[in-house]
Amino acid sequence: MVAGAMLAGWGLQRRDAIGGTAAVGAAALLYRGATGRSLIDDAMRVDRGRRRGIAAIADRYSDTRQRLGGRRGIHVEESVTLNKPIAEVYRFWRNFENLPQFMEHLDQVAMREHGISHWVAKGPAGTRVEWDARIINEIDNKLIGWQSLEGSMIATAGSVNFDETEHGTRVRVHLQYDPPGGKLGAMVARLFGEEPNQTVREDLRRFKRLLETGEIPTTAGQPSGRRTMAMHPSARNPNNPSHMPSRSLRSGAVR
Amino acid sequence: MRAVCWEGTNRIGVQRVPDPTILNPRDAIVRITSTAICGSDLHLLDGFIPTMQRGDILGHEFMGIVEDVGHAVRNLQRGDRVIVPFPISCGNCWFCEHELYSCCDNSNPNAWMAEKLYGYSPAGLFGYSHMMGGYAGGQAEYARVPYADVGPFKVPESLTDEQVLFLTDIFPTGYMAAENCNIHPGDTVAVWGGGPVGQFSIRSAFLLGAKRVIAIETVPERRRMAEQAGAETLDSMDPDGFEHLRDMTGGIGPDACIDAVGMEAHGPRIDYYYDKAKTMTMLATDRISALRQAIYACRKGGTVSVPGVYGGFLDKLPFGAVVQKGLTIKSGQTHVHRYLPKLLRHIENGDIDPSFVVTHRVSLDDAPQMYKTFRDKEDGCIKVVMKPH
Repeated sequence: MVAGAMLAGWGLQRRDAIGGTAAVGAAALLYRGATGRSLIDDAMRVDRGRRRGIAAIADRYSDTRQRLGGRRGIHVEESVTLNKPIAEVYRFWRNFENLPQFMEHLDQVAMREHGISHWVAKGPAGTRVEWDARIINEIDNKLIGWQSLEGSMIATAGSVNFDETEHGTRVRVHLQYDPPGGKLGAMVARLFGEEPNQTVREDLRRFKRLLETGEIPTTAGQPSGRRTMAMHPSARNPNNPSHMPSRSLRSGAVR
Repeated sequence: MRAVCWEGTNRIGVQRVPDPTILNPRDAIVRITSTAICGSDLHLLDGFIPTMQRGDILGHEFMGIVEDVGHAVRNLQRGDRVIVPFPISCGNCWFCEHELYSCCDNSNPNAWMAEKLYGYSPAGLFGYSHMMGGYAGGQAEYARVPYADVGPFKVPESLTDEQVLFLTDIFPTGYMAAENCNIHPGDTVAVWGGGPVGQFSIRSAFLLGAKRVIAIETVPERRRMAEQAGAETLDSMDPDGFEHLRDMTGGIGPDACIDAVGMEAHGPRIDYYYDKAKTMTMLATDRISALRQAIYACRKGGTVSVPGVYGGFLDKLPFGAVVQKGLTIKSGQTHVHRYLPKLLRHIENGDIDPSFVVTHRVSLDDAPQMYKTFRDKEDGCIKVVMKPH
């Protein structure tokens, strides 16, 4: 409890102070959000309101609910606005198999029957994390909610809201995780400069760019005159010969 | 290929680097036939722009022949002769759809850096720091052009490189600066800075109907070039410049003032030394005496248009004068794409021949020396064009 409160305080502080300047790490989604609201609670509320909705949550008494209920777990909330029709944005996201195209930490997602999907993520330090998730809520062009099945090695839930604005479709993502290693693991991960909500923000930026322009802009693989291997992360591409040391033809102090 | 690289403050080199390749479906590779040094490149030379890294390939004013295109580029083919606008624009985002091309939402891979400084990220630029995308520039033999179905603009064979090269930046930049002045017939426009952008601002102000243009510049050959366009001139180092300007404008000041100097201004007054001391000690990011003078000299209810580049936080900006005189301030990186068809017509009609500004024609290998010559305004240098091949 004390550790949780400490982490929450620190997390809020970190978000303000460092935010985007932190390096974007691979072990994502370890963020203790400001809201403290449980996605599961939200999903249940919507579900209760709809009653006839899809997949009446089978695991009402499951460990997923217990692990993520109330203020438990780690929350990430981010949003992005796309200059694309809401139906197109919704359709792309609804096929979870598309998500690894822009979510850097996801290796692959396979859609199975009855709203079940299998997720494979890149965990910390080269590990892989796998789980099955079930869509627990779905309102066309408005909302998708999912949560991991009982007994998963990671308890996770997510929801995406889609809203029409005068500048396009606003996508609001709320992810909730109880990561391997728990909050202590997250705290340690953060000490190494990983910033889950920055990661998700960049994921959503890639999502926007992929849908709006059909590609994700990059400079990885372009030439430069860098003679050392120390370069900006955005330009790092170990397979690319363009970063080989180059010979200076003519150079000198200008003044 | 050979490329002009930033190697640190005051260090420019020409290096052998790998040729660029297609990295995305909407890319093109351009074999560069002409490329210029921009006044804003001098801010890089002098270390005024943050997030540069050693080895960055410079240059954002370039043109050439399309060598290769990605599979999603359908409007260009190998052999097309194009000029390449300096902002990289996707053509799909809300901003591009509203012709705010230099505000493109999608083209800066390092948007998060710019967001820290500016709240939201502008477009990626060629060869202009990692905060602006970290894209390799065009002072090289070849360049990779992202979103090539939107940026590169085909130019007719009947016009020489020097007639169309400046469509990449300085001509539209001067034109947008003048357009931002909201010129009415009979207006007087004052232009601070007789460098290339100032020269194009002067000519554009006349194209847009200004009756008089007053250029404020201290370098004699730049004043002569302004006078050749029909401008009257004042010496920017004259401490009585304000009074002269008032006398020349019937006692009320110019209707619009253009600051075509930017962040490394020199001035005759004490504020210049104040800015210089603060920027040298890293307490301020920009030297702004030209902007202060423009705001101070402008008539009440007038417009101050700022094509000059500023990067950070401006100290002792007389914003009281802006409010109390009811001034309009307009600025921005140029939405180059928006102006290309119109300005090409002006060139084809003979209304303007942009090659007037070129004073030095050199090879790529001369870049390190020419950066210095241009910065120090030696040898009558106003505009340098390099031929990489």
